[in-house]
Amino acid sequence: MAGDDFFLSICVLLILTFLIRIIYLMLVIITGNCALIKTKTIRTVFCIGSGGHTTELLRFVNKLNMKKYQPRMYILADNDVNSEVKIRETEKDNNNFYLARIPRSRNVKQSYLSSVVSTLYATLYTIPIIFKLKPDIIFCNGPGTCIPVCVVAFLLRCLFLLDCRIVFIESICRVRTLSLTGKILQYFADIMIVQWPNMTETCFRAKYFGRLT
Amino acid sequence: MSKQYKKIFLTVGTTKFDLLCEYILTEPVLTALKNIGCKEITFQIGKSAVEPGIYEREGVIINMYRFKDSITEDIRNADLVISHAGAGTCLEVLEANKPLLVVVNEDLMDNHQLELAEQLQIDSHLYYCTCDTLISTLGVVDFSLLNPFPKADPTLLINYLDSVFTVTS
Repeated sequence: MAGDDFFLSICVLLILTFLIRIIYLMLVIITGNCALIKTKTIRTVFCIGSGGHTTELLRFVNKLNMKKYQPRMYILADNDVNSEVKIRETEKDNNNFYLARIPRSRNVKQSYLSSVVSTLYATLYTIPIIFKLKPDIIFCNGPGTCIPVCVVAFLLRCLFLLDCRIVFIESICRVRTLSLTGKILQYFADIMIVQWPNMTETCFRAKYFGRLT
Repeated sequence: MSKQYKKIFLTVGTTKFDLLCEYILTEPVLTALKNIGCKEITFQIGKSAVEPGIYEREGVIINMYRFKDSITEDIRNADLVISHAGAGTCLEVLEANKPLLVVVNEDLMDNHQLELAEQLQIDSHLYYCTCDTLISTLGVVDFSLLNPFPKADPTLLINYLDSVFTVTS
């Protein structure tokens, strides 16, 4: 059965190549080589968490150069009503922005096992959204939507289908320890931002630029 | 004579904080509040199990309501704010430059927002206590010793991002 052997070795080779690519990318990310040069504008995605996280991120959006960071897409959880109102308020003078909704990966008080299932579902749902928009930067700061979006972006980057950077901003509430999202994303985010100076000891890659919101 | 805190605003955000709601209406707490000058209390009670309305107890007028679109106005009108440990509320009050006492809701376990209140007390931006220690805390703390809260400033981060992510033309 030479054909089967051939097929098998091709598979093994592909998987190995993919693994090497993942390890290479993680090394690039962790060593902090995240420069990006684009023509004209930077396509930007904001992962909207909920409640206080939304407010924190939108206050930051307000200060960005809107001409440079556009078009902007906001990804929010499908059961998040309040955030949409806040986004439209922030963007009231602009029209180059879009909203996309994805299933929530983890609801408050949901068990960890069912969170894994719902995160997988949300991740599959997110693939066409990210693939279509091809963002250059993804900003995220909290629970809800950002794990699926970042996983999809990272995998597409591994497959050379996307070249994007992830910026994670840890909440001001986190004084001593990273949030669950932060703990996961510290290996995938190109830039990790914390808002308390001591946190740079908790997270080896974290950068501190003062209090942001 | 120390500063008088005539108008006090209490807020629990979207949470349910029955203990604080009941406690505030009791005689010892009202006496402690009167000792720092309290005459009027506005109380945003959220989902707590008490009836909203206007009450008068021990000569103090207490106006209880559940929710408003914005509590900014109530914060601005107050001489002192007493709040739950919610990060959003704490930061809003500190940015409005009002003296703040945080009452931690011990029924909410695994409350990571507590971390923030603790740090802000270490940095002398607020005081915090629990329902049990509310009266003694009111008796000993001096709100005029609190440090003003510095303004948030994302400029450094934005400059950094602009230097890493560049556009040609």
